[in-house]
Amino acid sequence: MSLFLRLLFRNRLAGFGAVVLGAIVVLALLTPVLPLHPPNATNTANRFLRPLSEGHMLGTDHLGRDLLSRLLWGTRLSLAVGFAAALIAGLAGAAIGVIAGYFGGRTDNVTMRGVDMLMAFPYILLALAIVAVLGPGLLNALIAVAVVNIPFFARNIRGVTVGIAHREFIDAAKLAGMGHTRILLTEVVPNIVPVVVIAMSTTIGWMILETAGLSFLGLGSQPPQADLGSMLGEARSALITAPHTSIVPGVMILLIVMSVNLLGDGIRDALDPRLRSGALARPMATTRVERASTPAPRADGLLRIDDLETQFQIGKRVYRAVNKVSLDLRPGECLGLIGESGSGKSVTALSVMGLVASPPGVITGGAVRLEGRDLIGAPYELLRSLRGRKVAYIFQDPLSTLHPLYRIGDQLIEAIRVHEPVSHAEAHKRAVRLLEDVRIPNAAARAKAYPHELSGGMRQRVGIAMALANDPDIIIADEPTTALDVTVQAQILALLSDLRRERGLAILFITHDFGVVGQLCDRVAVMYGGRIVESGPTADVLAAPAHPYTKRLIACVPELGAGRRVLAAIPGLPPAVDDLPPGCAFAPRCHKAQDACRKGEIDLQGAERQVRCLFPEMAQ
Amino acid sequence: MTLALKTTDLTKTFDIGKRLIGPPRAQVRAVHPVSLDVKTGETLGIVGESGCGKSTLARMLVGLTPPTSGTIEIEGKALDRADPAAFGRLIQYVFQDPVSSLNPRKTIRQIMEVPLRLLHGLRGRALDARIAELFDAVNLRPEFLTRYPHEFSGGQAQRIGIARALAASPRILILDEPVSALDVSVQAQVLNLLAELKTEFNLTYLFISHDLAVVEAVSDRIAVLYFGSVVETGPAEKVFAAPRHPYTKLLADSAPVVGRPLGGAQSGELPDPLNPPPGCAFAGRCPRASDLCRRDVPELRAVEGDQFAACHHPLES
Ligand SMILES: Nc1ncnc2c1ncn2[C@@H]1O[C@H](COP(=O)(O)OP(=O)(O)O)[C@@H](O)[C@H]1O
Ligand code: SF4
Ligand code: SF4
Ligand SMILES: [Mg+2]
Repeated sequence: MSLFLRLLFRNRLAGFGAVVLGAIVVLALLTPVLPLHPPNATNTANRFLRPLSEGHMLGTDHLGRDLLSRLLWGTRLSLAVGFAAALIAGLAGAAIGVIAGYFGGRTDNVTMRGVDMLMAFPYILLALAIVAVLGPGLLNALIAVAVVNIPFFARNIRGVTVGIAHREFIDAAKLAGMGHTRILLTEVVPNIVPVVVIAMSTTIGWMILETAGLSFLGLGSQPPQADLGSMLGEARSALITAPHTSIVPGVMILLIVMSVNLLGDGIRDALDPRLRSGALARPMATTRVERASTPAPRADGLLRIDDLETQFQIGKRVYRAVNKVSLDLRPGECLGLIGESGSGKSVTALSVMGLVASPPGVITGGAVRLEGRDLIGAPYELLRSLRGRKVAYIFQDPLSTLHPLYRIGDQLIEAIRVHEPVSHAEAHKRAVRLLEDVRIPNAAARAKAYPHELSGGMRQRVGIAMALANDPDIIIADEPTTALDVTVQAQILALLSDLRRERGLAILFITHDFGVVGQLCDRVAVMYGGRIVESGPTADVLAAPAHPYTKRLIACVPELGAGRRVLAAIPGLPPAVDDLPPGCAFAPRCHKAQDACRKGEIDLQGAERQVRCLFPEMAQ
Repeated sequence: MTLALKTTDLTKTFDIGKRLIGPPRAQVRAVHPVSLDVKTGETLGIVGESGCGKSTLARMLVGLTPPTSGTIEIEGKALDRADPAAFGRLIQYVFQDPVSSLNPRKTIRQIMEVPLRLLHGLRGRALDARIAELFDAVNLRPEFLTRYPHEFSGGQAQRIGIARALAASPRILILDEPVSALDVSVQAQVLNLLAELKTEFNLTYLFISHDLAVVEAVSDRIAVLYFGSVVETGPAEKVFAAPRHPYTKLLADSAPVVGRPLGGAQSGELPDPLNPPPGCAFAGRCPRASDLCRRDVPELRAVEGDQFAACHHPLES
C-alpha cells in the first residue's frame, strides 16, 4: 500500500489530480453544513446577478437562485451519480466478465455476444434509448449511464479472467475440493480486483460527463434539483447575456473530469505490475555504461571479454549479475557457457552487444573486444551495424525475434536488406536458400508461413536462419534448444554443428545441459553466482571436474541407462547475486569449505584449464 | 498385487473452433484409446514429447478434463466424482509450473489449509498440527507459512505444491513434469524427496516427464506415448536399454549424452493432428515403415515377456 502511494505520487500530474479532486470532494461532503443560501430558493428580483455580488459570491441564475449554493449541491449530486454509475457498471460488468471468462464455452459465447450487441450501438444513442424507455429522471439517467458502460468492463474483465481461469492454481483449488462459487470468490476475484479498480478509475470521469450530458438534455435531474448538467442546460438560453451562469458549472465539470482522469491514469500506472518492477523510464537504445577504467587487452582473438561486470541497480539493491567475467572465443570454435538459472549466462551474452535493458542494467567494468575493437560504450550506430553482420543472436524463444504478423520469408528479406542493398528478388532468393540451409523442407512454400503456423522446432530453425541472414562470424546462442523436445533438440544441435563447420562460425553456446555441451562444444566455462568458476577443454572438464561445484553438478545429472537409483543432490540454493557472501560463493553449499574459503577474493587460476577454488578436486 | 489405477480405452477428443450452435469446425484426438494398469505402490513413468497427450491423460485421471470415452478405475472401483471430497482423498496432482500452481494473493498457510479443511474437515489445533507435519515431511521451515508464493524459488515452491497434494492424504499422486522447471541441482533434491515420501506414505506414482533419464531413474515401469497413443510399455530397465518400438529408440538415441556424437540433421515432425495419417502415426519418420504400417494402426502387443510395443515390425533385442 505504501509502495502504491509512493508510486502514485511520484507521478506529479496524478498528485495534482488527487489534490484537486480531494478538495472538490471535501467541499461536496461539507455542503450541507456550509452557510449557503437554499439552492432552490427563487428570487426573480435578483436575476442574473454577476459574480462577486453582495451575498452571492458567484452570482445568481435566471430565477435568482444562488449559483454558489447550486454549484456545490449540484457537484455533490453529479459526483454521487458518477461514482454510483461507475460502481454499478464496474460491479455488474465484472460479474458478467468473471462468469463468462471462468465458465467459458457456451456461457461465454452467449453472454459475450450479448455484450457485443450492446457495444455495437453508438454510446449516447443507447443511453438516450434507455432513458426514453424508462422516462426522464436522475435515477434513470444513472441506470442508463451504468448500462452503456457495462460492456467495457465485461470485456476487460472477461479477458483477464480467462487468463486466470487457465492458471494451474485454479485446477489445484478444484482438486483441493473447492466448488465453483468458492473458487470464483476466493481464487479468481482477488486477482481481478486491481483490474477492476484500474478500469473504474480511468472511466469514472467519462461517466460523470455522460450523466451531465443527459441532464443537459433535460433527461437527467429534473427542475428544480440542480446537478452540473442541468445547470448548464438551463444556462444555455442566457449564454450570451449572462455567460457566468454557464461558465461556473462548466469550469467545475472541467476540473472534476480532468482531476479524475489524471488521478485515474496515475492509479493505473501505479497498479501496473510492469511499472512496479522499478523502471518507469523508457529503455535506452543500448546498455548504460559506467566504467572507471578499461582493462588492457590481454591477447587478441575474435571476441574477447575481459573482466566484464554488469549490474542491475534496483532501488538500493545492486545485483551483480556478471562479476569480472573473462572469456575468449576463437574463430570457428564453439565455446560452451554452462550454469544454473540466474548464474548470469544470459546477461553475459546480452552485454556483448549492449542488449541488456537499461535501466536497470549497467555495465560497470571490463571490455568486450571484437577483433580488437572495444564494444563497451560504443555508439548505438556502430553496435547496430555490427549486430547481425558480425555477431548474431539465437534465443530460447524464437518468437522473441520474429514478428508475429509478418511472413517468415518477408522477415528474412528485411533482415538481409538492412545490411545489404540488394534487390527484393535477390533477397527473396537468398531467404529461400537460408531456409534450405537450416533444412526446412519445402522452403519456398514455408517462406509464406507466419511464425505461429510453425512447430517449435521449425520456428527455431527460422530463428537460426535469421541469425545467419548476414553471414555473421559469431553466433551467440542462448539456450536455443531448452524449450524443444529431445528429438528436435538433437536435430537442431546437429544443424548448428554442421553450419559451424560449413561456414566457419564461432559459437558461444549457452546452456544448462552437460550432455549438450559434451556433444557440441570444444571448450566450456562454468558459471556460478555471476562468476566463471571453472573453464577448460570440454572433455577435460567433464572427465575430471576441478571445481567442487562442477563436480557435484555433473553428479546430479541423471544419465540414461543407469537404471533406477537415488540421485546425487547439492543441498541448499544458488546464491542471490545482490547478497553474495565474501569469498567463495559456493562455500555455503560446499562440503569442503574451510574458513579460508569465506574470506577475500579467490582468483581464477591456471591458463588453458582454469579453476576458482582454494581446494580444487585435482589436489586430492 | 492389487491395481491402484486402471484405464480402459480412455480417449479424449477436443473440439476446435466451437460455434454458438451446430458442430465444431474440427476435432482433434489428443488421446487415442489408452489402457494402462498401475499396481499399488508402483511408479509408472510416462514419457513423450510435447503435445503427445501426457498432460491430457493425467488431467483425465484426476477429473480435471472429462474423458470422451473409456473408463477409469481406482482401487477396483469405477471412478466416481459425485463426491469431490472422497475423490480428492484418492488421487492428487502435482503441477509442472510450481509458481503458477500457487495463488499469488494467498499466503502459503491459506493455500495449505484448503484441502485439509475441505477434504478432511480439520479445524483449529488439529489443522495447525497437520500443516506442521506436512511441512516437516517436505523439509520446509514453518516460518514460510506466512509468506506469499512469489517469495519462493522454484524448488521451494514445488515442495509446497507437493505438500499441498499430500495434504489430501491421497493414495495416488499424479506428477506432471514435477521437476522440469527446476535446475538440476534442485531437481535431484525434489526427486529424492518424492522417493522418500512414497515409502513413508505408501503412495502410488504416475510420473510424467519428457526427460528420459529422470523417468528411468524413478520408475518401475515406463509407458512411451507418441501422438496420443501408448507405443511401448515395459520395465524401466529395459525400455530404453533395449527399445522395441522404433520411436522409443529414436528418443533414447536423441538424449544428449556426453561422448556420443551428434546424429544427422534429419527433420522429422509430428503428424498434423487435424489431419492424422492412416496406419501408424510414426510411419513418416520410421526407417522400418512398410505399406502395412501406412495402412493399419498397430496394436499394443507383447513382444517379449512384459515388454509391449505397438509396432508391426518391432526391433529385436
Ligand atoms: N532485467 C533484469 N532486471 C533485474 N535483474 C535481472 C534482470 N535480468 C537478469 N537479472 C538478474 O541477473 C542475474 C543473472 O541472470 P541471467 O543472466 O538471466 O541468468 P542465466 O541466464 O544464467 O539464467 C539474476 O540474478 C537475475 O535475477
Ligand atoms: S573455494 Fe572452498 S568453498 Fe569454494 S568451492 Fe573451493 S573448497 Fe569449496
Ligand atoms: S508400425 Fe511400422 S511405421 Fe510404425 S513404428 Fe512400427 S515399423 Fe515403424
Ligand atoms: Mg538465461
